[in-house]
Amino acid sequence: MSKARTSFARTGAVHVALIAYTLVALFPVFLTIANSFKSRNAIFREPLAIPTPETFSLIGYETVLKQGDFIGYFQNSVVVTVVSIALVLLFGAMAAFALSEYRFRGNTLMGLYLALGIMIPIRLGTVAILQGMVATNLVNTLTALILVYTAQGLPLAVFILSEFMRTVSDDLKNAGRIDGLSEYAIFFRLVLPLIRPAMATVAVFTMIPIWNDLWFPLILAPAETTKTVTLGSQIFIGQFVTNWNAVLSALSLAIFPVLVLYVIFSRQLIRGITAGAVK
Amino acid sequence: MGSLQLQSIRKSYGGHEVLKGIDLEVKDGEFVIFVGPSGCGKSTLLRTIAGLEDATSGSVQIDGVEVGHVAPAKRGIAMVFQSYALYPHLTVKDNISLGLKQAGVPKPEIDDKVRKAAGMLSLDPYLARRPAELSGGQRQRVAIGRAIVREPKLFLFDEPLSNLDAALRVNTRLEIARLHRSLKATMIYVTHDQVEAMTLADKIVVLNGGRIEQVGSPMELYNRPANLFVAGFIGSPQMNFIDGEKFGDSAKTVGIRPEHIGLSRDGGKWKAKVIHVEHLGADTIVYLESDDVGPLTVRLFGEHRYAADDVVHATPVIGGLHRFDADGRVINSGQ
Repeated sequence: MSKARTSFARTGAVHVALIAYTLVALFPVFLTIANSFKSRNAIFREPLAIPTPETFSLIGYETVLKQGDFIGYFQNSVVVTVVSIALVLLFGAMAAFALSEYRFRGNTLMGLYLALGIMIPIRLGTVAILQGMVATNLVNTLTALILVYTAQGLPLAVFILSEFMRTVSDDLKNAGRIDGLSEYAIFFRLVLPLIRPAMATVAVFTMIPIWNDLWFPLILAPAETTKTVTLGSQIFIGQFVTNWNAVLSALSLAIFPVLVLYVIFSRQLIRGITAGAVK
Repeated sequence: MGSLQLQSIRKSYGGHEVLKGIDLEVKDGEFVIFVGPSGCGKSTLLRTIAGLEDATSGSVQIDGVEVGHVAPAKRGIAMVFQSYALYPHLTVKDNISLGLKQAGVPKPEIDDKVRKAAGMLSLDPYLARRPAELSGGQRQRVAIGRAIVREPKLFLFDEPLSNLDAALRVNTRLEIARLHRSLKATMIYVTHDQVEAMTLADKIVVLNGGRIEQVGSPMELYNRPANLFVAGFIGSPQMNFIDGEKFGDSAKTVGIRPEHIGLSRDGGKWKAKVIHVEHLGADTIVYLESDDVGPLTVRLFGEHRYAADDVVHATPVIGGLHRFDADGRVINSGQ
């Protein structure tokens, strides 16, 4: 009995801690969404109140949807994020497979070289990147952003995925070789399904900085047709006047695509863990 | 169809030589077992035959065709791994048929072969399951099924029973023996378990330190070991080794199997004290310490009432002696 009670107390404590953390984490999101539905006066008078019939207002959303091509910004953000993640996962996994599977001269050195990018922020190279993009006529294209984000995401992806690939059994890959699978088939059909949880982790880590980034869209693709959501929202933040209704509405809208992608990847995480492995 | 010739196979990793020149000939339909302590190179040799490792030098021929530069899938081999190595995301049926699909065999033929293999291994009820839903024995049977459907010239087994529990190991061993009889295929099997080697093999290859110590039928190795290593490795409990001088023989070392020593309370060649007794029912193993020749292990058939601290007399059976020279090689005394 006493054992059952201690474990109850312990689970209780864990739950209290987790609930407290959830509240802290969700509070800014709640504040953003609640205030986006309020009139300007209500936002400043009672920032913590939830919208009531008197204070309810859709003026922020109306502004956002009227001013500028917000749907277009969304499209740009989604295209850049999704394509970058796909490229990071594909190339990251391929490089990781080569590093973990094949013995060749300079293998360790190559691994270290590829991981170097984790420690050196890509923004240090902004000037050179901009010069390169100008020279290749890629300024104000989504391609420019995708290329930069792919480069930015690869080091971490290679690092995490190569660690995971080492855990995939050699016997399994050898069985595939004897069954006549090519190295590509072994990679795509045997190894990738087994490291799906790691891929989902990498996808989440890659996605959030890309979606939230303001730096590279501002520098490489500030044109109206290539603006991302983060950059698009900036028009409401002025030096002297900030349209808070519009800013909060834009941010509320920007949360949802991230949420959807996150739900997709976290499902993969759970499914990957339950898949049976060797033995 | 399925013979194998190995000629002076060498394999080194960096500066470390794992295989030091292996010559071997396996005839069609033979069941050959590589046995040896861990690290003796037996698995490396098997992988070299499979093409998963390239030999540093030497030649591998299957059916008289040099296969040194042929991909594993094209060598006409099938392999069963210790860890089963089933594809976890595929069903049993897909696991078994993947190799055939890859080779472009028409679908009705694949279905036919899978059904036949499943019947042979009583896997019919599990064809739609995934490996995670099977027990260890069932998984190993799926792995064997995957090998059978390829109808290979050579079956390669890499310690297939090591992950199974004792009871299942005996059953699967019988199943493999039955399979060999019904398929009449050439099989090469790696194990460190000498019981598996003795019970399954037509021919045992004893490896040690990257070299072949002896090749022969199980009874040849048991009755006429070529050297100290084989004499000590084959047979359980291990052969007794007695210093030639203490024994009163010109040989450097004299070996006697535990079952070739008689025990008596009344009198015999060596007086000894009983250290420990193991009663196994069919056998009784008696461990002795003798002042004349040191420790001895004696295996008696049936039940015997010896107990620790008893004083007994041990006598070697005439004709059960193995004599070895200073290099550990057997001296043929013409017995």
